[in-house]
Amino acid sequence: MKGREENNSEQMKNTRTIAVGAIARVEGEGALRITVKDGSVQDVELKIFEPPRFFEAFLQGRHYDEVPDIVARICGICPIAYQMSAVHALEQIFGLRVEGALRDLRRLIYCGEWIESHALHVYLLQAPDFLGYESGIAMAKEHGAVVSRGLRLKKAGNAIMTLLGGRSVHPVSVKVGGFSRVPLRRELEGLKDELLWARDAAVETVRWVAGFDYPEFTPDYNDVALRHPDEYPFNEGQVVASSGLHLSVNEFEEHFTEHQVAYSTALHCTLQGSPYLVGPLARVNLNQEHVTPLAKQVLADCAVALPLRNPFHGIIARSVEILYALEESLRLIERYEPPPVPVAPITVQPGIGMACTEAPRGILYHRYEVDGDGIVRKAKIVPPTSQNQSRIEQDLRLFMPRLLSLPDKEVALACERVIRCYDPCISCATHFLNLDIRRESSA
Amino acid sequence: MSKPEAQRARPRLAVFKFASCDGCQLSILNLEEDLLALGEALDLAYFPEASSDMKPGPYDIVLVEGSITTAEDAHRILAVRQQAKVLITIGACATAGGIQALRNWADVEAFKQAVYPSPDYIQSLSTSTPISEHVQVDFELWGCPIDKHQLLRVITDLVGGVQPRLPAGSVCLECKRRGHVCVLVAKGIPCLGPVTRTGCGAICPGMGRDCYGCFGPSEGERKGPGLPPNTVSLATRFHRELQLIPVEVMRRFRGINGSVSPFRTESEDWENKR
Repeated sequence: MKGREENNSEQMKNTRTIAVGAIARVEGEGALRITVKDGSVQDVELKIFEPPRFFEAFLQGRHYDEVPDIVARICGICPIAYQMSAVHALEQIFGLRVEGALRDLRRLIYCGEWIESHALHVYLLQAPDFLGYESGIAMAKEHGAVVSRGLRLKKAGNAIMTLLGGRSVHPVSVKVGGFSRVPLRRELEGLKDELLWARDAAVETVRWVAGFDYPEFTPDYNDVALRHPDEYPFNEGQVVASSGLHLSVNEFEEHFTEHQVAYSTALHCTLQGSPYLVGPLARVNLNQEHVTPLAKQVLADCAVALPLRNPFHGIIARSVEILYALEESLRLIERYEPPPVPVAPITVQPGIGMACTEAPRGILYHRYEVDGDGIVRKAKIVPPTSQNQSRIEQDLRLFMPRLLSLPDKEVALACERVIRCYDPCISCATHFLNLDIRRESSA
Repeated sequence: MSKPEAQRARPRLAVFKFASCDGCQLSILNLEEDLLALGEALDLAYFPEASSDMKPGPYDIVLVEGSITTAEDAHRILAVRQQAKVLITIGACATAGGIQALRNWADVEAFKQAVYPSPDYIQSLSTSTPISEHVQVDFELWGCPIDKHQLLRVITDLVGGVQPRLPAGSVCLECKRRGHVCVLVAKGIPCLGPVTRTGCGAICPGMGRDCYGCFGPSEGERKGPGLPPNTVSLATRFHRELQLIPVEVMRRFRGINGSVSPFRTESEDWENKR
């Protein structure tokens, strides 16, 4: 179990090294090393040593029709995000725009994934930090009704994904051009009662998390998210940043660059050389006009003002998005008329296409190059967690000074909490955080 | 550290992760209301994705997700085995090497160069191998992802002292039982259902598409238990009747469970026909 066991407080002359075992309640494996010298933070390295799986390489030579089944396997928590970015990029190559009911169904299945993924994080992964438990399951002993509410919410999201996709983990129906099968109207209506319950539960979720005790911490974020004139973004929009940037998705790689660091199997992505923030917090801040009246009312009742500037408020943003996704699901179901065909016809042509969609954890960029036979020649994927990596390191640098007087173990727990605000999905980025704090003194 | 006697007596469950997507672990969390019951019946002693309280082994039941792709992991699985009374692999990665086993036919150095600017930093084996190639495995759960009901069934059996058994026949039987229209016969789609292990609930044909083999090869359909399915016959039909060219037949069998026989041998045969 190299490097994964607790190994606290190895005190050496002038150097203090703290290594703490796995950071729990994140999807994946990595490590954190912090060096403290003479009482100030010298270096923060978020290491990701999830073994690389080389998806971009083995997509080469596969037929475009196989891509949704393959890329889903990058992440069991957000397979729809991978499928959606892929199909939109490939459709750009083939000059196809999917509209009407098929477009609505794509939004609906994405709502299901947000609800499932966010409810998992809010209730089982992050809330235990605020209430002082090691897990959602342990929390259930004293907060049984609350945890049951969270699990039922999550199940509502999974129900949408299962109806449209056949199953919630690695759904099978998403295709370039549409779906292999679309639901009947009455099948969707069958979801309504549970979604109405879930919408009320989501309101309660926002109220519940708004009442937590939050540390004062407001770093200066450059928020990055999609923005669409008519709707809260899922599959379409411009890439915008709070710094003023406004781009079409095709310009993504001109401004966002990936670079490799020796300590991580995930590539770091920066915007014009600087860290930036993606995910629910950034998304809510940049899309305030599309937050629904109900969500705005609940936030106002709880005295929460947008924009949100504290990373710990990510749990509030995530809860607001659960509520949004439920209201949106109900709206889409209400107006659903089955499309004439489940898949739009495709004319294969060679070319390059790119797409960005809003995964639960933030923007997910895909680019594909396809030849005249529809075979993928090149693929590039930029997942949200690799985009947030630099930002997480920056947050830890800023948060650390207030922790330095604490014992090592408490420092480590506090750092884990900061990291969990991001709901990092290290399987996506490539898993497991070991924390290693080095305290040095030149004196 | 003193605990009530009843708690101490609960079987201890651990979940370890290797190279994977987390989807099979998520299937545990997707048990929803059953998850809390599971938490009552078992001591979830080590499950980092769900709990920061990580207790040391030994454990009664160890679930392993993911395949072995690094030298460090090849070493780590040995230590995991030592702590496990019963070791169960969950999912295609742990049971068959997973989709990342596509590297087994490729040049991993070239892969590294395709993905990373500085490939030298990346420590990775040239193969992705199932857990059973490294240590003894007591029970295998197939699927990408696993079916959560199968998982619950197996855990319930083990806790009750029953040897778990799961059906190993083909998806076709389940598909017929559910009354789906055969996509192979009716639509001419190259469905892998005839040679794929049942357990998913024939989801893909139910959604109007081909099975793509995510539960691995079926067993015992031909001559008896343990014998492989007739992939040769199905592949030949894809080629002759559905007009798939050899490379397309090869890709059909070289997917999520591509590195496990007979899917492996079938894909290699068709690769050579190019």
